[in-house]
Amino acid sequence: MNFETTIGLEVHVELKTKSKMYSPTPVSYGAAPNTQTNVIDWGFPGVLPSINKGAYSYGIMVALALHADITRDTHFDRKNYFYPDNPKAYQITQSETPLATNGYIEIEVDGKKKRIGIHELHVEEDAGKNQHEDDGYSYVDLNRQGTPLIEIVSEPDIASPEEAYQYLEQLRQIVQFTGASDVKMEEGSMRVDTNLSVAPIGSAKYGTKTEIKNLNSFVHVRDGLAYEQKRQAQLLMAGGTVRQETRRWDVDKKETILMRVKEGADDYRYFPEPDLPPVHVSQAWIDEVAATLPEPPARRRARYVDDWKIPAYDAGVLTNTLEMSDFFEATVAEGADPKLASNWLMGEVSGYLNAEHAELKDVALTPAHLAEMIKLIADGTISSKIAKKVFKEIIVNDTDPKAWVEAKGMVQLSDPAKLTPIIDAVLDANQQSIDDFHSGKDRAVGFLVGKIMQETHGKANPKVVNQILMSELSKR
Amino acid sequence: MADKLTITAMHAALAAKQTSAQALLAAANARIEAKDGKLQAFLTLNPQAQAQAEAVDQAGDFSQPLAGVPVAVKDNIVTKGLTTTAASKILEHFEPIYDATVVEKLNAAGAVTVGKVNLDEFAMGSSTENSAFKVTKNAWDDSRVPGGSSGGSAAAVAAGEVPVALGTDTGGSIRQPAAFNGVIGIKPTYGRVSRWGVIAFASSLDQVGVLSRTVTDAALTLNVIAGHDDKDATTSPEPVPDFTAKIGKSIAGMKIALPAEYLGEGVDPQVAARIQAAADQFRALGATVETVSLPHTKYAVPAYYIIASSEASSNLQRFDGIRYGFRAQDVKNLTDVYVRSRSEGFGPEVKRRIMLGTFSLSAGFYDAYFKKAAQVRTLITRDFEKVFEDYDLIMGPTTPTVAFKIGDKVTDPLTMYMNDILTIPVNLAGLPAASIPAGFVSDMPVGLQLIGKPFEETTIFQAADAFEAANDYLAQLPGGAE
Repeated sequence: MNFETTIGLEVHVELKTKSKMYSPTPVSYGAAPNTQTNVIDWGFPGVLPSINKGAYSYGIMVALALHADITRDTHFDRKNYFYPDNPKAYQITQSETPLATNGYIEIEVDGKKKRIGIHELHVEEDAGKNQHEDDGYSYVDLNRQGTPLIEIVSEPDIASPEEAYQYLEQLRQIVQFTGASDVKMEEGSMRVDTNLSVAPIGSAKYGTKTEIKNLNSFVHVRDGLAYEQKRQAQLLMAGGTVRQETRRWDVDKKETILMRVKEGADDYRYFPEPDLPPVHVSQAWIDEVAATLPEPPARRRARYVDDWKIPAYDAGVLTNTLEMSDFFEATVAEGADPKLASNWLMGEVSGYLNAEHAELKDVALTPAHLAEMIKLIADGTISSKIAKKVFKEIIVNDTDPKAWVEAKGMVQLSDPAKLTPIIDAVLDANQQSIDDFHSGKDRAVGFLVGKIMQETHGKANPKVVNQILMSELSKR
Repeated sequence: MADKLTITAMHAALAAKQTSAQALLAAANARIEAKDGKLQAFLTLNPQAQAQAEAVDQAGDFSQPLAGVPVAVKDNIVTKGLTTTAASKILEHFEPIYDATVVEKLNAAGAVTVGKVNLDEFAMGSSTENSAFKVTKNAWDDSRVPGGSSGGSAAAVAAGEVPVALGTDTGGSIRQPAAFNGVIGIKPTYGRVSRWGVIAFASSLDQVGVLSRTVTDAALTLNVIAGHDDKDATTSPEPVPDFTAKIGKSIAGMKIALPAEYLGEGVDPQVAARIQAAADQFRALGATVETVSLPHTKYAVPAYYIIASSEASSNLQRFDGIRYGFRAQDVKNLTDVYVRSRSEGFGPEVKRRIMLGTFSLSAGFYDAYFKKAAQVRTLITRDFEKVFEDYDLIMGPTTPTVAFKIGDKVTDPLTMYMNDILTIPVNLAGLPAASIPAGFVSDMPVGLQLIGKPFEETTIFQAADAFEAANDYLAQLPGGAE
């Protein structure tokens, strides 16, 4: 029996706002527990929420980037459940009238393009964190409580773990390029819940789905879904039935493990949030956000290929992250040749970052310094050998490359007026080599160049040396 | 003889340097000492009151009408550093770390908070018998209830302990106790006064208001507490007028509607007769009074109990024993913390409403209950809008009967709920309304309810003042002649 797979993804993205969704508390990471809180975050008696309009604008921005239809008249809803990290015992979210609906993402798998629908996006608040310590107590940290989130829910269009992976890659990239979120799985600013079902091909109904939680990278998502796809198919072929359950991905065992069996839907008793008035999203508001919407990655890639003659593969690598893409463009804006800038970023820079497990923001390198170094190479001031030394300096220290090579005496000797007397002196002292050259022994040139480099302590520009040497040799 | 226990009288004496804030506070404390043993209006006296009064005296600025005036605050309004219980065991020793906006405003106006007054637990009730701590008595007859949920506020003002008190009104909780105790009670338009710091019962219905002995005092106090608040997104940007602006002006030509439904079934004929007499008085003062219909009135009570209880079931979830308030002892696990803290911390009426609300919001029942109730709410609002196309005010009784006996209805929730039938529609429509004294039935005060258009509290005060001036009910208040 052959099966077809249906995958749904629910992605939570933390918005990069200064303050929380419904309270004026600043959003910041790594602070001591419960220091980034106020009475609203604690759900004190008598407190009321206020909408962070900036967060909502970020939501609109992401929705526009995902080609979704913005809901013009919307209200917030309460989702009720008890948990210690949920101080009001309800989450303020949007259930009935989500931020936006009907968006899509274009992916490419095995050279084939496919459009994955986005059912809806809605704005909500994050919960705090429960910590279970060895002393037998559980602690609650409400710093994260109220951090603005958008939840992005896919349509059941994803048919394979690889498509899910591509969808997440594209989603991450598109959202990151809006600037609305850092979208980092490892830092929790992007979180993915999945559900998967299989059914015999051509079946009129979806199969029973299972959910996978605790997925902290796209690779784990792909692996977990692949495992679950196989597990369900084998179960059905053996005459079994799939139960509606929540499973987690065990990275070491490389299998999904049962967390709990779901019996019926949870009842969150949603109802309209009476403490917040309905929100009307005017055309003017949408236009205002649209005007500030940064260029999407696909358009950047096209521009790199068309305007700067960058190969399509390289353009893809350069736009993998907003940081890299911005750095590349800034380097070109500083006057660097686009192709050379691209080569350096994809080669030495990426190599260094990978080796150091660092990101561009962690190193001293600036677009201005990289551009200046590239210009020094292009105009012959430094050799590519020296350039590697310069690179090692400017990636760890905030050093001006030009001043540094001058101070270190690393500038190439390219001036013919200075080089010619040196070359003449070497020739005068090596008549045998001149004779060898004229009798057709090419090795003599290499010997002479070596002598000249020796005289100039390796600073002579080899290209210029060659030109002068050949011309002088022909005169003798 | 003029009532000395009013803001107006106290302000005049302070401005004339005949008294001081400290002397007024001492006198209020003496009256509380003398009366509250029987009345049981106060839950907590403010240990900072003396310091507040001293500061006001020291500043010596009595230009604002409330400067130096002692006030009482309903105990579901949070006061920084002063125990705030909502009359619930679950908040028995709760000490808020911030002030409600209305309390901040009273403080800024120089008012001296004498203490916190009793209510039905979480403002759920119509008799103050649902308080976890004490049963407040009616100021006129201590065998009768003071009404509720602002029973402590009404009794304290009626007995003359304080000239003015803040209350909250979700389905009549200011107007009904005002009626039962023969004082003025104003529930402003929804959105007129900030709810920041008011322990929520039903967020879409709750509104802070004033209980006082005169119409002018109610207007003066509303001047202090009203206005948009950035901390409450449901407050209106509507400009705040001087609520005393139309006081003293003739009501000749005013068009008043008297809904037939408000004098119908369930309303004591003697109460109805007082309201008809009030209508005649308005006519004598030059207004017209005509009978109209508010056809959906009969659906208001069930719609209200579904909406209010649904919101309450969610609002009261935060009392979970985790962060503050009562936590059950010897618990085994997290579920135990929740179940036992809430089972032991909440009283029976609160539990009843949490269950009713939880049920109304449940999957499969939402459409039949919560959604239907929200639709009824719209119809009730439209009834009012239609009448207000042709009339300036709506009048009727505040309650179907005068104050009932303590213990009479507390075991029969449905009868108790029906007592709110005349006040509830106003909350569902978000309108302003006042209750003012309109005579007596069996020696107990009758309340006349005046309902206004949204944000037209000034018109209510104008008519209320004209009616007050034409009568002498104030002079009959307990303590007035002291």
